[in-house]
Amino acid sequence: MSTAEERVAVTAAPVAARPRGLRTLGLFRNELVVTFRRWRTLALFAILAGIPVVVGIAVKIETSDGGTAGGEGGGPAFISQITNNGLFLVFTSLAVTLPFFLPMAIGVVAGDAIAGEANAGTLRYLLVAPAGRSRLLLAKGWAALVFCASGVLVVTVSALATGSAMFPLGDVTLLSGTSISFSEGLLRALAVAAVVTVSLIGVAAIGLFVSTLTNSGIAAMATTVGLLITVQILDTIPQLHAIQPYLFPHYWLSFADLVRDPVYWDQIMRNFGLQGLYLAVFGSAAWARFTTRDITA
Amino acid sequence: MAQPASVTEAAIDTRGLTKRYRGGQLAVDGLDLAVPRGSVFGFLGPNGSGKTTTIRMLMGLIAPTAGSARVLGEPMPSAVRGVLPRVGALIEGPALYGHLSGRDNLVRYDCADPTADPRTRGARVGQALERVGLAAAAGKKARAYSLGMKQRLGLAAALLQPRELLVLDEPTNGLDPQGMREIRALVRELAAEGTTVFLSSHLLDEIEQVCTHAAVMARGRLITQGTVGDLAEGVRGRLVVGTPDPPEAVRVLKENGIVGLVVDGDLVTGELPAQDPPDLAELNAALVRADVRVRSFGTQRGSLEDAFVALTGEGFDVDG
Ligand SMILES: Nc1ncnc2c1ncn2[C@@H]1O[C@H](COP(=O)(O)OP(=O)(O)OP(=O)(O)O)[C@@H](O)[C@H]1O
Ligand SMILES: [Mg+2]
Repeated sequence: MSTAEERVAVTAAPVAARPRGLRTLGLFRNELVVTFRRWRTLALFAILAGIPVVVGIAVKIETSDGGTAGGEGGGPAFISQITNNGLFLVFTSLAVTLPFFLPMAIGVVAGDAIAGEANAGTLRYLLVAPAGRSRLLLAKGWAALVFCASGVLVVTVSALATGSAMFPLGDVTLLSGTSISFSEGLLRALAVAAVVTVSLIGVAAIGLFVSTLTNSGIAAMATTVGLLITVQILDTIPQLHAIQPYLFPHYWLSFADLVRDPVYWDQIMRNFGLQGLYLAVFGSAAWARFTTRDITA
Repeated sequence: MAQPASVTEAAIDTRGLTKRYRGGQLAVDGLDLAVPRGSVFGFLGPNGSGKTTTIRMLMGLIAPTAGSARVLGEPMPSAVRGVLPRVGALIEGPALYGHLSGRDNLVRYDCADPTADPRTRGARVGQALERVGLAAAAGKKARAYSLGMKQRLGLAAALLQPRELLVLDEPTNGLDPQGMREIRALVRELAAEGTTVFLSSHLLDEIEQVCTHAAVMARGRLITQGTVGDLAEGVRGRLVVGTPDPPEAVRVLKENGIVGLVVDGDLVTGELPAQDPPDLAELNAALVRADVRVRSFGTQRGSLEDAFVALTGEGFDVDG
């Protein structure tokens, strides 16, 4: 065991001088490291990366006899274009993963954010460190958003790699019929990825809120994913027409409007507004709950 | 941030601190606790008496139902951000990230403290590991740690910075005898540096060995607090006479005012009366005059354990 003198010598450096933002950044960065080192996170990424490959292979097999892939499967009219241009695998894969796989992955990570720490008992040590309840919640929220972006990026990159390996690349014919260069097409693909990321904010906010309600990580994850499925079903019931514009997945597939010329912004903007609303409502609810709650786990 | 600590004010000071959990359990009931600065304070009580609940309130993890608590002179839980960087805590056992190494666990907890300097982080983590004897196992994943190693890592987290107050909830739980000795040595060393140590334990030996002060809880209420010496003194010593003639000895001792006589083989024990106890030399002479053969004769000092049992009762069952 070391002597007291040594210990004090190292720790005596002034600590109050660092700006507040940077110190919060430290916790956020560490949060990312801890999340991305989890076996579970890597498994989710592996699943997300595998989907474009599966879609690519399926299209290849279906068209190997000379026929064209049907447009009925994943997403609006993208899939039939894949054989002409591998870039369309990006649009198709995002359309396939957005309704379930991506939000499920977010639900798992956001649902576990606080509840998982409570479950492991690490929450009490973070709070007596003292992380600060608002600061911790903020770090968790940012980490969940980074996870959203990473998940979308994994799908995009995997789809791009698979698409360029299996199919020809070249000028892109948009849904509106006009043609753009491949590099402009690539930019559109990135824009679509960004819009898909924003689309996931609502689920992330709900997951984080659920996470502050319970001490069981599993329960929070299951609740969030269950809620996701329920809302998806509600969104397809015609009788619920009146409330559907307020359901978070309602405008999800509007990202297809980015693949038109000119771009239809109307639905995309509504989607942004709706995700912002969910973030505001569930973010405040999570904050109100977490900052006043007894931590006994 | 914190003002320099005034020496006179208590490290922990609670007034009427009360906690009723949701569901109605009254876990802590009107607690008035005063932990002097620089003391090693033992917090005793049977299972379920409210020790951990008290510590949770002191650390701002749960809000009191009534009453107030001051830690290092500042009100809790409102001053959490200013106070807790100066406090190291081990609450209800260690909690670790199984998928991270021991070192990375400490880095994580250090990142959580906004006052911790990232430039010295590596060095401080290394020293904390060294202090609890974990330097060699620092790279191992925490899920592969034994119970005692986890406990040590939890202690290391409490020692990441120089602290004014250490709050340790059963710190030697799960440690091997060497580990317990090391922890006791560590507590003494920290106390010598001026750190106030507040430690809850069931191990009365431990409290008696390291603590200067102690408080006893039972059913959520504070039964007594004071210096360890005063508490043990509160228990009257017992007279112990070793003799091959127990019946005779009992008769003579009773005549001399000794009460509560118990015969166990050839040992006769009894309590000296509280008011004007007989002179022990006279008592011995009286036994010998009555032809009682005395093999040994003396008093046994009251231990903290006697005090504890006298205060909290013999019963083994946990109070609902
Ligand atoms: N989260 C909780 N919700 C409801 N009741 C609780 C909770 N935690 C503790 N209690 C109750 O409060 C009382 C005091 O519990 P506490 O954990 O403070 O005891 P303790 O003195 O630390 O016991 P031990 O020596 O076993 O650790 C007990 O009756 C317990 O059942
Ligand atoms: Mg306890």
